[in-house]
Amino acid sequence: MSAGRRVFLRMAGRAAVATAAGAALGCAAGLPRRHRLGIAIDVRRCIAAGGCRACIDACHRAHNVPDIRDVRHEVKWIWKEPFERAFAAEDAETITSALRGQPVPVFCNHCDNPPCVRVCPARATWARDDGLVTIDAHRCIGCRYCVAACPYGSRSFNWIDPRPFVAEPMVRYPTRTRGVVEKCNLCEERLADGKLPACVEACPERAMVFGDLADPASDVRRVIDERYAIRRKPELGTRPQLFYVI
Amino acid sequence: MRDRAVILGGLALFLAAVTWPAWRTLASTPPPPPDLQRPAGATRCVAPAAFMRASHMTLLVEWRDRVVRDGVRTYVDADGREVAMSLSETCVGACHTDKAKFCDRCHDYARVTVTCWNCHVAPPPPAPGGAR
Repeated sequence: MSAGRRVFLRMAGRAAVATAAGAALGCAAGLPRRHRLGIAIDVRRCIAAGGCRACIDACHRAHNVPDIRDVRHEVKWIWKEPFERAFAAEDAETITSALRGQPVPVFCNHCDNPPCVRVCPARATWARDDGLVTIDAHRCIGCRYCVAACPYGSRSFNWIDPRPFVAEPMVRYPTRTRGVVEKCNLCEERLADGKLPACVEACPERAMVFGDLADPASDVRRVIDERYAIRRKPELGTRPQLFYVI
Repeated sequence: MRDRAVILGGLALFLAAVTWPAWRTLASTPPPPPDLQRPAGATRCVAPAAFMRASHMTLLVEWRDRVVRDGVRTYVDADGREVAMSLSETCVGACHTDKAKFCDRCHDYARVTVTCWNCHVAPPPPAPGGAR
């Protein structure tokens, strides 16, 4: 049966080649994205505006984010944290006093390696090809794994029906229902219309720059190239795509 | 067999009680079909009325998946017309401007409870007397 053995060896060889090729393709999947949406935030400009809430109000109005005062139930897409809370890993002794205790805007980092996406058992949240991390509220089962997985606290759970807490619901964007998770969607619906994210557009100080980080000529890339920028908890390997220019 | 009358009588009574709702429905006149408000501006839907009547929910679910999962927002109907795949802005916003007089009336008639509007926001119906 030498012919049989030859056939077997040939098949085994092909299988080995196919396995190697598959592994190589798997590595290729880790290549940088062709488009990579992100935002650079000029922290000092934002701080100079004092107690400005323009970005928060614009975002929450555009997306029917409920105004629930009870902290146990509150829902937020974008909010402000004192600098040393947002950047807990920064050495408290080396933070310049110009930044210490100052509020900086924080929201979903649209991580390149999003832990929320990895834990979702319903595939209700995923990263698009351009890196935008989004949620399908229809499919969310409310398990809150993603809330636990996000190291930035960017996700809120609707413990109660949010509709009564939305003052004037916008027709353009749905509210959410009790039992689903929500967060910043980087204004996916506005981007589809060719508009900027609401927070970027609303900022009176022009402290936020939105764009394609994969494009070397984009405004956001230029800002990061020219000035020193930090990210929140980079040590966790989530590769956040919000850059804080300090 | 001394209890035959009691047993048969009880059985008949039981059958009558169990099938009572069916008899009542058969005897009553069916309620009139709901008076649905036709769109004032539009004359054609994105699909024939018969299809929409039977399968609008399937179409809406397909629209939902296309928009949310695939990021495709425009639907091209059989006539080549392009419409935005949006429940609030196309179905209700542009055509059936009063949800209560179209969606709700038929869903109430068919005793169907939908969850669409738990999240999606219906635009306010046009003011009566306004240009329709």
